[in-house]
Amino acid sequence: MKDILTQLNPVFDHRNRLGIMSILAVNDWVDYGTLKELLNLTDGNLASHMKPLEAAEYVEYRKQFVGRRPQTTYAATVAGKAAFKAHLDTLERLLKMNEAK
Amino acid sequence: MNDSQKQLEHLAEMRSLMERSTRFLSLSGLSGVWAGGCALVGAFFVRNYLEAQYLGEYDVRDAYFDRSGSVANAEPGNETTLVLAALVVLTAALAGGWFFTARKARFRGERIWDASSQRLLWALVVPLATGGVFCLALLYWNLIAFLAPATMVFYGLALLNGSKYTLGDVGSLGLLQIVLGLAGMFIPSRGLELWAIGFGVLHILYGGWMYYKYDR
Repeated sequence: MKDILTQLNPVFDHRNRLGIMSILAVNDWVDYGTLKELLNLTDGNLASHMKPLEAAEYVEYRKQFVGRRPQTTYAATVAGKAAFKAHLDTLERLLKMNEAK
Repeated sequence: MNDSQKQLEHLAEMRSLMERSTRFLSLSGLSGVWAGGCALVGAFFVRNYLEAQYLGEYDVRDAYFDRSGSVANAEPGNETTLVLAALVVLTAALAGGWFFTARKARFRGERIWDASSQRLLWALVVPLATGGVFCLALLYWNLIAFLAPATMVFYGLALLNGSKYTLGDVGSLGLLQIVLGLAGMFIPSRGLELWAIGFGVLHILYGGWMYYKYDR
């Protein structure tokens, strides 16, 4: 049990980061405003949770102009999707073990 | 709260986020019921209209077929009324559909115009617009009898395509519309009844079922 717990990726150790990865896992590019709305977060909150994901290179971003307003859109990288899947697999094993007990 | 309970909660939240970010879930069952009601009223009107036009001359079904079926027999006339009736039904169905879905979105605290609804709309628009132009061509060549089944075929394809981006039940409704539409292409004299079943009865059944399942 302890073993598996240490395998859980520390980058994902927060529900909002898991939320970001969930959305990016099933969508191509998602803009900042949509993420904020889906996760029900403030600007600063979303930015602070995005930072570790960016640092780990699990997400990439693109800045472009829509009309005159700058817009940032995010996507999960290949590495990010792989890490997210590994995290889910570990969670699954953890829950199965708990069930077996 | 122990750890596995917390993780389970996270998983449930992640599943909901994945679904909400890809699918437009505010589609209301009542929109379907309303559209079905409009369709039945429209079909009833067209039937009575034809009956009045050909009183005593024909069986209504033959009137529908003759009026609509053969290029040889075609004399310009009540097509305008029929096309007008179709447009009124379409407008009423869309307006009511929008109303009930907007109401549900407001209730769920979602916006009706966001990335997921735009994706759904785009998935619907391409097959629908194709069908619309196709039907204009049928009208142009006076192949009126094939209009009703053709609208069902393309509408069914649109629903099947859109079901990826909204409640999945819409997909099987689409399949049924396609089957009814294709049947109508072979028995055009029963086109009006088939259309009433597809656009009327099926919409009401599916809408009612979806309302019962998701909206209460």
